[in-house]
Amino acid sequence: MITKQLPFLILAAPLLSAFLITLFARKSKGLGFALLVAAMAASFGCAIAVLLQILENGQVIHYHIGNWQPPYGIELVIDHLNAMVLALVSGAALLTAIYSKNSVLAEVPHRFPGEEVPERVPNYYTLFALLVSGLLGIVATGDAFNMFVLLEISALSSYALLALGGGRAYFATFKYLIVGTIGACFYLLGVGYLYIKTGSLNMPDLKGILQSPALVESPTIMIAFMLIITGILIKMAFFPLHGWLPNAYTYASTTTSCLVAPLMTKVSVYMMIRLMFSVFSANYIFEHLGWQNSVVWLATAAIIFGSISALGQTNLKRMLCYIIVAEVGYMVGGVWLANANGLMGATYHILSDAMMTLCLFMAVGAVIYKTGDASLQAMRGIFRKMPITSAVFVVGALAMIGIPPTCGFFSKWYLVSGAIEARHWGFAVSLLFSSLINAIIFFRIIEIGYFPLFDKGEGENGHHDHGEVKTAEAPLSMLVPMVITALSLIAIGLYSNEIITGLVGRTIPTGLL
Amino acid sequence: MATLPFHEATPLLAICVSIAAVPLIALSGSKPNLREFWTFLAGFIKLGLVLSMAGYILAGNTYTYELCKVLPGLSLKFTVDGFGMLFALVASSLWIVTSVYSIGYMRGLDEHAQTRYFCFFALALSATLGVAFSGNLLTMYLFYELLSLSTFPLVTHHQDEEARSGGRKYLTYLLATSIGLALPAMLVTYGLAGTLDFNVQGIFPAETAKSTLVILLIMFLYGFAKAGIMPFHSWLPGAMVAPTPVSALLHAVAVVKVGVFSIGRVLTGIFGIDLLAGASLNVIVCVLAGFTVIVSSLIALSQDNLKRRLAFSTVGQLSYIVLGIGLASHLGVIGGMSHIAMHAFAKITLFFCAGAIFVATGKKYISQMVGIGRRMPFTMTAFFIGSLGVIGLPPCGGLISKFYMVLGTMEAGMVWVLVIYLISSLLNAAYFLPIVYKAFFCTEEEALFEKKVQEAPACCLIPPLLTALATVGLFFFPWIFVSFAQVMYSL
Repeated sequence: MITKQLPFLILAAPLLSAFLITLFARKSKGLGFALLVAAMAASFGCAIAVLLQILENGQVIHYHIGNWQPPYGIELVIDHLNAMVLALVSGAALLTAIYSKNSVLAEVPHRFPGEEVPERVPNYYTLFALLVSGLLGIVATGDAFNMFVLLEISALSSYALLALGGGRAYFATFKYLIVGTIGACFYLLGVGYLYIKTGSLNMPDLKGILQSPALVESPTIMIAFMLIITGILIKMAFFPLHGWLPNAYTYASTTTSCLVAPLMTKVSVYMMIRLMFSVFSANYIFEHLGWQNSVVWLATAAIIFGSISALGQTNLKRMLCYIIVAEVGYMVGGVWLANANGLMGATYHILSDAMMTLCLFMAVGAVIYKTGDASLQAMRGIFRKMPITSAVFVVGALAMIGIPPTCGFFSKWYLVSGAIEARHWGFAVSLLFSSLINAIIFFRIIEIGYFPLFDKGEGENGHHDHGEVKTAEAPLSMLVPMVITALSLIAIGLYSNEIITGLVGRTIPTGLL
Repeated sequence: MATLPFHEATPLLAICVSIAAVPLIALSGSKPNLREFWTFLAGFIKLGLVLSMAGYILAGNTYTYELCKVLPGLSLKFTVDGFGMLFALVASSLWIVTSVYSIGYMRGLDEHAQTRYFCFFALALSATLGVAFSGNLLTMYLFYELLSLSTFPLVTHHQDEEARSGGRKYLTYLLATSIGLALPAMLVTYGLAGTLDFNVQGIFPAETAKSTLVILLIMFLYGFAKAGIMPFHSWLPGAMVAPTPVSALLHAVAVVKVGVFSIGRVLTGIFGIDLLAGASLNVIVCVLAGFTVIVSSLIALSQDNLKRRLAFSTVGQLSYIVLGIGLASHLGVIGGMSHIAMHAFAKITLFFCAGAIFVATGKKYISQMVGIGRRMPFTMTAFFIGSLGVIGLPPCGGLISKFYMVLGTMEAGMVWVLVIYLISSLLNAAYFLPIVYKAFFCTEEEALFEKKVQEAPACCLIPPLLTALATVGLFFFPWIFVSFAQVMYSL
């Protein structure tokens, strides 16, 4: 009964490939790449199969690892929400794995001068596979402590991956390591408190126990909730806890940022949603605690801060990093609006923002790969030099701005509707504000790419010599995943109704409807 | 629906036919004649598809085609009704004429990147038709944004510093207003009404507070900045850096008319004219638009650059149309919508002439055009007819639509608007007729041109003559467009 084992195979494939690559592919970079792509493809295939299974049956899948019964054994719980996120994570990882073929060789530092293929490339693939298995595990697990372990697996491998960028990446990653560990500790402490009070770590079990009136009133549970959320907010770089992110992601190698930037923050948002509604409950959080107003205002600040900071950047990757900070604000704010529209928007935005970020990082990565320059000026003449890459970039940019029919428009639609419904005008305005700032940011870049350098005394009648620029596109292994990502932005947008009603809308907790 | 005289997806096909031409145009970039063949092929198919629906619409039907559902209760939806047909007919017929003109102009001046130019031109036309056939506000917004973006490379075609600043202004105004004002207004409307489908009765529930309506109305009026209501008009003169055929089609026909049409749709389909008149919201529209009409006409008087004078004249005429629709009387709306067509033909003639003068003589300023009628009599005759059309004098179609609008002021009981119309027409005459007068009637000493007839190339000369002819023709056969507008209110 292979179909029964599918949920486990999603995680097992990348994990297994990590070992295989280390064991057998230390000397052969080609084999390592093949193993990595095969594992990612297998994982993605299983994730899609599980997603279809869920769509068909509409039932939550409970998978008991090693057949140990919960609440003592480890359980994978897959419902509509994480089936979608699993497909997203494994799909994005597959695209990035293909994308990495050429760029890794150029970016992983050489240990010895003169070696043709850097010796550390297989290590890179191993870390890649470990990171992905960690992320998939976080999404699939139904156990709060298990989540911590997997969080650390993905975090540790991401530290190593980010540090491979060399140079300033070491220090930036070290800072991230410190902050990330603090975040993980907060989370662990919170889970510890929960365990003391309830004696359980299994999420469905915890949720049942936490309903009891004595625990609802307990300050320990409140502190536990606070610690867990703070830990996750640090991990997802929520303003003002975002300081580590821009440097860590900017100095990393291109492929690493393509993998880490779209997925890590989005998986953290998923964690927050999962813990808020599957361990605690909407009633407890929004009615008993009632902190939503302050959190949404913080999210508003995150959006405004992130957008304005992005506007001031001259490095393409750093600019995208600040946009991520703003986007995290979108999602946190959406979840804490405490209504169905907001939560649906935030959940849908996990999907769309991951793909938009991936799309832009890939396009920018290709430009950096070809030009060796990460500043805005690298985009000069890009429309002629790299027409496909620039088309991908434009699609990503339009999605970020929120132009229909790209997915960015629809997530914004739900988020703004949610904000209006909650009468939280500040958040609504900040969302629109950020759209406008994104428009400025991206059209500034498009302008650099579109217009030639102006020499003095030119432009009398607009007939200057537009000398033929040779096209110098990125290799096919980069172009194909990029184009697929760009097309998916439009597909996700056009199918937004299906995604919302079929997947996202199914997991709205009862307290919000 | 068994008796449908056309294929059910015709509206979509009509929109997509020029998108389909884009890859063909792009691939035949090295063979200019083949490339232009695709443009014409797409143009004629498009016009044919639009015409195939005309009879059905004139019989008083409307046709709706739903593409896909994108939000709960909201789909990408195309509705063909009288207003949509009217606008689609204007846009698709003028596309062909402009293509002829573009070829003459672009080849005559040996412009660079002509392939890109024709690609985005085709894309812009798809977006324009998309707006015309939109069945709800969401679909319209989608194509509205697509139009802003696809025209950016056209406006900045020269890729020089002037083009960059013009293009920057263009996008800043259009995107900032549509994202900052129209989008939230649309969201609030959806929240209040639960739908965004256009409906002649309006869609707001009866208990909606008047203050909310006023705010939404103002957000919509300024949100569709393509209509150039002051103070969101200054992108239009800035966008005149574009090659003249672009200015002609996009800034006299497609882009600006899309703005006006969008506002018209919102006023007639979202608010509904009964609500506008009942809650006296029409006064707000008339004040804002009326102000723009007068002020822009005054500014036009002082412009020496011919294209800029035409641009400010357009700003005024756009608000003129908004004013007509904003009267919220049946005759006013019919007049306003018809004026979209009448003004389109007249204004495109004027732009074609300005371009022809530039191609033939290199002159941009009115002060340098004294006596130009001696050298380019045909062009200047067309210019004269275009001016008459804009002013609204016989024998031009502009008279008919203005007549309806004037009747509309009576119907709405807002006679002060009549005064605006009259002043504006006088000002129109004041800024156009001196150009024509100086072109023909000047002394030998004043004349800056020899008496030898030397016109622009045929490709640049025939289109303005054709559109001038059409302007006159519309005086005798105004029903071609007016009847579509009348269908909407079964008059």
